[in-house]
Amino acid sequence: MWRDALLVAGKDLRIELRSRVVLNQVGPFGVLVLVLFAFALGPAPAPMLQAAPGLFWVAVLFAGLLAVQRSFALESGDRGDGLRLAGLDPAGIFLGKAAAVVAELAVLEVLLGAGVVLFYGARLHSVGVVAAACLAGTLGVAATGILYGALSSGLRVRETLLPFLLLPAVAPILLAGTRAWQAAMSGGQPVWPWLVTLSVFAVVYLALGVLIFGPLQEST
Amino acid sequence: MTVRILGISSLVTLALTVWLGIWVTPPDRVQGDLVRLVYIHPPIAWVALYLATGIATLASLAWLWSRSRSPYWDRLAASSIEVAVVFTALTLVTGSIWGRPTWGVWWAWDARLTTTALLLVVLLGILAIRRIPADPETRARRSALAVIIAAVDVPIIHFSVVWWKTLHQSATVLNANLQPTIHGSMAWTLLLGFVAVTLLFFWMLAMRMRIERLTDALEGAELTDALEERWAEGAPEVEGVAR
Repeated sequence: MWRDALLVAGKDLRIELRSRVVLNQVGPFGVLVLVLFAFALGPAPAPMLQAAPGLFWVAVLFAGLLAVQRSFALESGDRGDGLRLAGLDPAGIFLGKAAAVVAELAVLEVLLGAGVVLFYGARLHSVGVVAAACLAGTLGVAATGILYGALSSGLRVRETLLPFLLLPAVAPILLAGTRAWQAAMSGGQPVWPWLVTLSVFAVVYLALGVLIFGPLQEST
Repeated sequence: MTVRILGISSLVTLALTVWLGIWVTPPDRVQGDLVRLVYIHPPIAWVALYLATGIATLASLAWLWSRSRSPYWDRLAASSIEVAVVFTALTLVTGSIWGRPTWGVWWAWDARLTTTALLLVVLLGILAIRRIPADPETRARRSALAVIIAAVDVPIIHFSVVWWKTLHQSATVLNANLQPTIHGSMAWTLLLGFVAVTLLFFWMLAMRMRIERLTDALEGAELTDALEERWAEGAPEVEGVAR
């Protein structure tokens, strides 16, 4: 399972390194989301600062959605059954694709974090909390994203179906991630419940994916 | 026959609940006549949040488990999800009607309200998956997996939202120390309301499953007819010879 996961993650990341689709298209899109929210909120710094943690996570979710779509676009069309025919362990495919999305999103989150600090004037007091929240939240987004991505891949309605399925499912990540960031920005608020929520979400969905990715692949 | 008995008994108990709820039970000391919503809203919410979604989850698991796999479980899951959508929407509507006079707002970002609204979106997503054309087995597999993925999510959504914010009054009957805070005729009417709405749910479920079964049978029959037509196209001369 782990070896297959490494193979799949390596393959996806190698394609990304050569095509740079996520970095060159999804990254700027995420920054654009931050800019658009700034326009929507007006030029005063106070509301922007207050909304900064939530907007960061909304941008991450949108970018994650696109990263997941890209991850399954790699295997669409004639290459659809390639991974299955290669005899790879389904759990390995799941973990590998999720790991590749996590790596891509991690780069984007650094970019978006810098954007939040630059555009919104946010100050992050405890970088450790921010990093932990990002790691756990990103694992959760990637795991759910790959599950729903597999469910909707190969369908004609996948572009509209995936956001509809994925965004309500990752609502806990938006809630908990935002609260963790608020705690990291202001200090003094309890942060553990939110880090625990993010971690539980990630662990539950990674475990579920390992269990059901086999039958999930058969459903497309 | 069983379905008819279910339907009649749900009608009778519903009528009794309405009679007791509106004319017999007293108004509440604090909430006045508004309290009468308590005979309808919690029973509907119980069906939506626990019974219908629980049945859908168990039926999906039963379908996924290869030894018990049969179209029956898929029909049961599909029917209970559809009925769950109706009851979840009704929960939100009756809750809104209750919230406007008591809290002063139609909608509040309270834990249970938010969870229920998200549940409705998740259920609609599963219905959307079921509407995608596919052969019955693929559709059943997709829908069962989507139900499992969503079923894991709902408790996490609930707890994260509970920590996020809470305004809704705590549970009246199933509270932490199992000491109901409702008494006398009101308690009995509430209990009757639970029975009535639960019966109504099972009646709707049974009707929905019958529709599902008939649809399957019709699709099978249409396929047979189409095949026979195609056979007949090439066959008239042979038949003529035979006669």
